[in-house]
Amino acid sequence: MNIIIVGCGKVGAALAEQLIAEGHDITVVDQDPKQVTAVTNRCDVMGVIGNGVSHSIQKDAGIEYADMLIAMTGSDEQNLLCCLIAKKASNCITIARVRNPDYINERGFIKEKLGISMIVNPELETAAEITRLFSIPSAMEVDTFARGRIELLKTMLPSDSPLLGVPLKNALGKLSGKILICAIERGNEVIIPSGDDILQPGDAISFVAARREAGQFFKKAGFSKGHIKSILIVGGSKIGFYLARRLSEYGFRVKLIEKDQERCVFLNAALPDSVVIINGDGSDQNLLLEEGIEDADGFAALTDIDEENLMLSLFVRSHFRAKTVTKVNKMNFEGIIERLSVGSVVYPKFITSEMILSYVRALENSTGSNVQTLYNIVGGKAQALEFNVRSQSAAVGKPLMELQLKKNLLLCCISRHGKIIVPSGRDSVQLGDTVVVVTTDRSLADFKDILA
Amino acid sequence: MNYRMILYLLGWVLNIQGLCFLLPVAVGLFYGEAQWQSYALMTLICLVLGVLLILKKPKRTVFYTKEGFVTVALSWLLMSLTGALPFYLSKEIPHFLDALFEMASGYTTTGASILRNVEALSHCALFWRSFSHWIGGMGVLVFLIAIVPLTGGHIMSLMKAESPGPSVEKFVPRVRQTAFILYSIYFALTVLESMLLLAGGMPWFDAITTAFGTAGTGGFAIRNASMGFPYVHAHYLQTVVTVFMLLFGVNFSVYYLLLSKNIKKALKSEELRWYIGIVAFSILCITLNIYRQFYGGNALEALHHAAFSVSSVISTTGFATTDFSRWPTVSRVILFTLMFIGASAGSTGGGIKVSRIILLVKSSLREIMSIVHPRGVNVVKLDKKRVSEDVIKGTISYFILCILIYVVSVFIVSFDGFDFTTSLSAVAATLNNIGPGFDLVGPAGNYAAFSPLSKLVLIFDMLAGRLELFPMLILFSPHTWKGSLGAMKRRLSWKKESM
Repeated sequence: MNIIIVGCGKVGAALAEQLIAEGHDITVVDQDPKQVTAVTNRCDVMGVIGNGVSHSIQKDAGIEYADMLIAMTGSDEQNLLCCLIAKKASNCITIARVRNPDYINERGFIKEKLGISMIVNPELETAAEITRLFSIPSAMEVDTFARGRIELLKTMLPSDSPLLGVPLKNALGKLSGKILICAIERGNEVIIPSGDDILQPGDAISFVAARREAGQFFKKAGFSKGHIKSILIVGGSKIGFYLARRLSEYGFRVKLIEKDQERCVFLNAALPDSVVIINGDGSDQNLLLEEGIEDADGFAALTDIDEENLMLSLFVRSHFRAKTVTKVNKMNFEGIIERLSVGSVVYPKFITSEMILSYVRALENSTGSNVQTLYNIVGGKAQALEFNVRSQSAAVGKPLMELQLKKNLLLCCISRHGKIIVPSGRDSVQLGDTVVVVTTDRSLADFKDILA
Repeated sequence: MNYRMILYLLGWVLNIQGLCFLLPVAVGLFYGEAQWQSYALMTLICLVLGVLLILKKPKRTVFYTKEGFVTVALSWLLMSLTGALPFYLSKEIPHFLDALFEMASGYTTTGASILRNVEALSHCALFWRSFSHWIGGMGVLVFLIAIVPLTGGHIMSLMKAESPGPSVEKFVPRVRQTAFILYSIYFALTVLESMLLLAGGMPWFDAITTAFGTAGTGGFAIRNASMGFPYVHAHYLQTVVTVFMLLFGVNFSVYYLLLSKNIKKALKSEELRWYIGIVAFSILCITLNIYRQFYGGNALEALHHAAFSVSSVISTTGFATTDFSRWPTVSRVILFTLMFIGASAGSTGGGIKVSRIILLVKSSLREIMSIVHPRGVNVVKLDKKRVSEDVIKGTISYFILCILIYVVSVFIVSFDGFDFTTSLSAVAATLNNIGPGFDLVGPAGNYAAFSPLSKLVLIFDMLAGRLELFPMLILFSPHTWKGSLGAMKRRLSWKKESM
């Protein structure tokens, strides 16, 4: 597809890079020549310098031939206007980033009446992701497939877990038909396990489960943690705001620490009264202790400074029992951050680009059985892919034990008419199924590629 | 430095070179000449070496501007060296340095020759000389980008290093498609010219080699009299060549705009207007200057030759219908100035480029303005768009470097003891990729008499001129290699220890 991205800041650039890797032709537009050259020097894209709202600049970027325009500038209004003009100029698909809480209830109206295909709100999505992490306290990462019906969870087993030291095929017992462990991280190594592998202390495991079953698994695996009740948030920017609102709606007890006095007043006015707003410096140990970090079950570090967030989480994890979530905005040292044992980390820029990518993939997908959703898991060493099986191939209709699958590849889950199946050798994939595959092979583009 | 990746790309260059040698082999077999064997041998050598280098694709494909420049400079050196070998092997040019000069002149589309009698060469040698212009005109790495699926944004740095002009722009989002479009336009124009020449009664071998020479703005002809044709329709043929020389000196983005039906924008190009203006003015002055003295008052005949020579020099082709070095001083000064101005950016021509001249003139005028109005604000604009100070700074330093290299080269060449005009114009004609200069190296002369040292200097000038100075200067700059060679040594010694 021909895609124009207006505004190439953090997210725009990350998005351009990923879309190119998937074979799309990208043109980036930005007013700042430095940003444009930075992207054009790094990736194979065409750069146009100028105001992306202007029709003539859009024409320079080839709007007549574009299939899609993604507006990612810093201003919501510019993004909306940009999409409107593009829509009139070429009737392409438009995606706008709109992050101001003022417009949050108008998304339906904007989509329907203004004809914008998709509204992305990175902060809201990030807040949703953090909420998921707090809802399943034992999981470090939660990714969802099949419109949220299937979850891929990552967790670190407790040292006294009964699952350790037993071959996997015996370990799960009653749960074995409902849950599938699809990746084990041991030190720097990633293992796509078979039934004979044995879990060892210190392993981080990723498993696939239908929504309800995850809780049972955690109980069986020996997690003692109960539900999270009280949560402390540091940083009251947009993500903090959305998160506090959502968590309080879900019935959590929320306390939010924010440095800026005026912002605190705004938050107090806009958020439900059950949310306690504290005006103070969240990086101050004494303040954290005073506000009861010892008793908190959950802790989210959401200040604007990545380093501060990481330090805060490291501090909380080493002294207290709270589950921590850390926001990392700018830094690109994922491999290092994974090793820091800071618990769950969220990257807003990847959450945004991932959303747009899955939308683009779904568009491409109306015919074949291409990738629907793609997650990089276990620190980018493996991928979890969701396929919609829409075309006949050698991999469809045969029992799995008769198929010659690729090495280091696991077919973990099939969703058929809303029913979740964790497949055994006797099951087969049918047309119309949604299938989740975990693999270390990066070359999968179509479902039939799972065959060796 | 990513040495593996550089070697991998050089491997591809060798493969393309090897395949190109097949064309003169075919020509040789067609005319029954024995020289085809040396080309066939070179095909084999290049393909074996090339395939060995590309067998394993490097894991790390990270590539920066520095690597891009080094790759381009090395590729052109490698192509000139391997391209020169058949001349030497077939003994048509007995000295290797002479063969190298001829080939560097071919690839850089200069057209300066060390041959006293061109007509003595075999058909395959003549074909190979002209074909090297065609490959060199658009650039071998642009060709590589168009046909080999290389991934990564960094390949743009290859194109930047090889294509002429202060800033290289893409037509479409992908480098590969841009390169493909460029070569398609190039190919189509070349075919069109050969057709028009064939229609004028030219034999096909002449027509194709002439079209190659024009397209690359090269200048190798297959006759001693260059474009002085022994055919009935000589005037028609020369006019066709005149028009196409001018066309190949135009920025190719103009053709892309025309093809995408953006005619208004194409004709508004400021560089195009200046280019046409300079050509028209020069033709007019020279015609007035020569028509009485040389053409006995036949203004039309004078106009014909003036137009041909001006087109030939400003597009940096270097064909000739007449020995313009015997023209009066005014005409010669105009031609000498045109040598430095050169063609448009993004064309196949050489020289400093019209767009750089525009920027230089505008930024100099701005300095005068700033003295008259010390608080006045003046930004330099091109095509009604602001040109960033970085580009202006780059253009000025390019100009200064160009003059510096010119002065140093003239100094070295002057030790050969030729007259003032010959020494000055020889360097000007090679550095700007024109070919013939004045007097001894004029259209009727050649470069055979220079000493080996001067020839080496001129070879460097041709390559530096074609690649727009920086790739060659970066290749020979110690800063490029400092640190990275040390790092390679450390890596090697570390490997030994660990074994």
